[in-house]
Amino acid sequence: MQKILNMVAQRLTLGLLVLFVVSIIIFLGVELLPGDLAEAMLGQSATEETLAAFRKELKLDLPMHTRYLEWLFNILQGDFGKSLANGREISELIETRLSNTLFLALFSAFIAVPLSLTLGVLAAMYRNTFYDRTVNILTLSSISFPEFFIAYILIFVFSINLGWMPSLSNVSPETPLGERLFVSLMPALTLTLVVMAHMMRMTRAAIINLLASPYIEMANLKGLSRARVILRHALPNAWAPIINVVVINLAYLIVGVVIVEVVFVYPGLGQLIVDSVQNRDIPVVQACSLIFAATYILLNLTADILSIISNPRLLHPR
Amino acid sequence: MSTTKELENLLKKGKVNRRQFMSRAATLGVTTALATSMFSKASRAAPKKGGHFKIGMGQGSTTDSLDPATTLHTGTQIVNHALYNYLSEVNNAGELVGELAASWEAEPGAKVWNMKLQKGVTFHNGKSFGPDDVIASINHHRGKDSKSAAKPIVDPITDITADGSDGVKFTLSGGNADFPFLMSDYHLAILPSKDGKIDATGGIGSGAFSLEKFDPGVNITMKKNPNYWKSGKGHFDSAEIVVIADVAARTNALSTGATMAMDRCDLKTVHLLKRNNNIKVTKNTGTQHYTLPMNAGIAPFDNVDVRLALKNAIDREALVKTVLRGYGAVGNDHPIGASQMYFNKDLKQRVYDPEKAKFHLKKAGMSSLDVTLSAADAAFAGAVDTAVLFKEHAAKAGINITVNRVPNDGYWSNVWMKDPWSMSYWGGRPTEDWMFSQAYAAGAEWNESFWNNERFNKILLEARAELDTGKRREMYYEMQQLCRDDGSALIPMFASYVGALANNVGHDAMGANWDMDGLRCMERWWLE
Repeated sequence: MQKILNMVAQRLTLGLLVLFVVSIIIFLGVELLPGDLAEAMLGQSATEETLAAFRKELKLDLPMHTRYLEWLFNILQGDFGKSLANGREISELIETRLSNTLFLALFSAFIAVPLSLTLGVLAAMYRNTFYDRTVNILTLSSISFPEFFIAYILIFVFSINLGWMPSLSNVSPETPLGERLFVSLMPALTLTLVVMAHMMRMTRAAIINLLASPYIEMANLKGLSRARVILRHALPNAWAPIINVVVINLAYLIVGVVIVEVVFVYPGLGQLIVDSVQNRDIPVVQACSLIFAATYILLNLTADILSIISNPRLLHPR
Repeated sequence: MSTTKELENLLKKGKVNRRQFMSRAATLGVTTALATSMFSKASRAAPKKGGHFKIGMGQGSTTDSLDPATTLHTGTQIVNHALYNYLSEVNNAGELVGELAASWEAEPGAKVWNMKLQKGVTFHNGKSFGPDDVIASINHHRGKDSKSAAKPIVDPITDITADGSDGVKFTLSGGNADFPFLMSDYHLAILPSKDGKIDATGGIGSGAFSLEKFDPGVNITMKKNPNYWKSGKGHFDSAEIVVIADVAARTNALSTGATMAMDRCDLKTVHLLKRNNNIKVTKNTGTQHYTLPMNAGIAPFDNVDVRLALKNAIDREALVKTVLRGYGAVGNDHPIGASQMYFNKDLKQRVYDPEKAKFHLKKAGMSSLDVTLSAADAAFAGAVDTAVLFKEHAAKAGINITVNRVPNDGYWSNVWMKDPWSMSYWGGRPTEDWMFSQAYAAGAEWNESFWNNERFNKILLEARAELDTGKRREMYYEMQQLCRDDGSALIPMFASYVGALANNVGHDAMGANWDMDGLRCMERWWLE
């Protein structure tokens, strides 16, 4: 146990360092993009005078490092600052968006993870049968289509032709849970179809990989049922790679859903970061990127901890 | 009687015309006189009160704010017109009428304007409207520290003073007969003043709707202002604008009934949308036009014959047909739209004529011409296609256009008015003077073609201070001709605003000055 705690502490420290580096890279990246917030906000109607006034008010005329250090100083005190574009508190702006994104990610994960693990185990059990091939073809095709295409197909069938589901998923904090689940079902299904193949194939491959091991052969010779061999003997040793893939996909569900958000008009974090990059609203971009980076770091840490726990050799090292 | 009701409904939906209506009414045993009155009543149905109106808009971003100084796109423009009022208004027939200014009068020379304000108007916060609000609201855009996009419009104002309890006096640096028109600009909303300043982002105004909730880039909800001072305007109980950036999603929302109106239809699929019986597609060709400004100060565009050669080498009809899919009109190399007051009807429309283009090239002493055109769809949807088609058209006249495709990102700051030849668009301006002085007068901030024509600049100033309409017409006619024959902006087409409404959305004739019924859809439309 001590080992895990040590690792967590070490990883979190490194994580903070990564976040710091990420924030510098993002800041420089946005700075390198042509134009700034003043130009983006005024667009075609910008004049030299109004640009100058705009920059002065938002302190965009200060040198780059001054602005970065000021931002860093505030963030260390837990203050995300205000959006340059509309003067709103960023924490306020992000709060609902982040909870929407997390809600959709969790909802999709609740559908996708059990479904793909079951399908994967079954595919390993009935390897090279008609069932195995069908599931493979279906999941691989759904991962091969672009997300917006799957989304449009779902909208076409369920919203326009059948009229069962709404095509807009614009939830708000006041939406009751039942309705929220209902309107988010289609985006969640789209995401499920997109991430399922990866997890299902990995589960199948990890189990099949073990089926050639001597101890599985032994189990087979003992006359155990196929289900028991796979669930009790093979699966526990296959957890580590499966967990890794599941976690990568969970991270994807949080940070990579901007297209699904656009098609279903779901107010998540992805849309916020895209808008902010377009308008060079650096504090918002920074805040969103930090959240995304932290998501990756924490989820990877979780994956490692779970792999250790699932493997006695790592849990009790000599 | 229910059958007559049905017939009236058919008429309202435009499924029967007058003749069919009359003959069917006769079959139902209605006398001709009664049928005639029924017809005029039904075809001009009175607005109905109530209902929740929901509209899907294509533009809108998390960086939007309610500050009228930074209003950028149609989404926030219609919000402005729902929450706020202006001093003047362009009505749906394109005429200027008073809004918060009940009347106005210019002193000779049009340098000093006295406006009488509406009485009995209150803001959403209960403050009653007076001259101090006008002064604070206009001052929000003036001054050295102004970051308002409307600064160039209010810059000529040298002084604003209150004149009694219901009057305001504006003093300008030069005469301007169109000054009341300028006050209808969508930035110049009137907000309540507090200690001589306005709270620009609070969303409090005197408009038909008051703000409920504003979630930038997601939606905005508003409820009816029960004390709205205008009669016969503002019919919905509540209204909501949802930002739906993806055009397919916007169309889906309308066709599944999740929204009742949308802007910016996808021109590639609008013919399919038209097949839906529950939806009507609206088209509005006003002043929005696309331009290809050449920098008149840089060779070879400094030669008027080169400019004319290019102007003759573009097939405008083909562009309207392909790029705009018929939703637009050909342009005549000047920025005045056919719906405008002083549109020059006598000016001959320029057509595609490669021979004439060659003639002008020869006159410029060239046998062929190599030019580069910078294009990005940020200028307008279909700008890159336009450039590539133009390249093909011009090849027949011995002109070789290299299309330099540039990124959308930062287009307005890095390419437009920086590269010698680029592409641009104008939403248009309601008056000739406004359009000309913003984009064609020498030294104007947005003179995108860097054009400097002495005669043009001279009569522009004269026309601005001229109060006689006959004389003004003559001058504006000449200015359009100068733009066409000497100007350095190639203006191939005027693009329509194409939107769609559910059948139960009622409206009068729509204003052509801006998209969405002159941006005033919220207070003008109703639900049937």
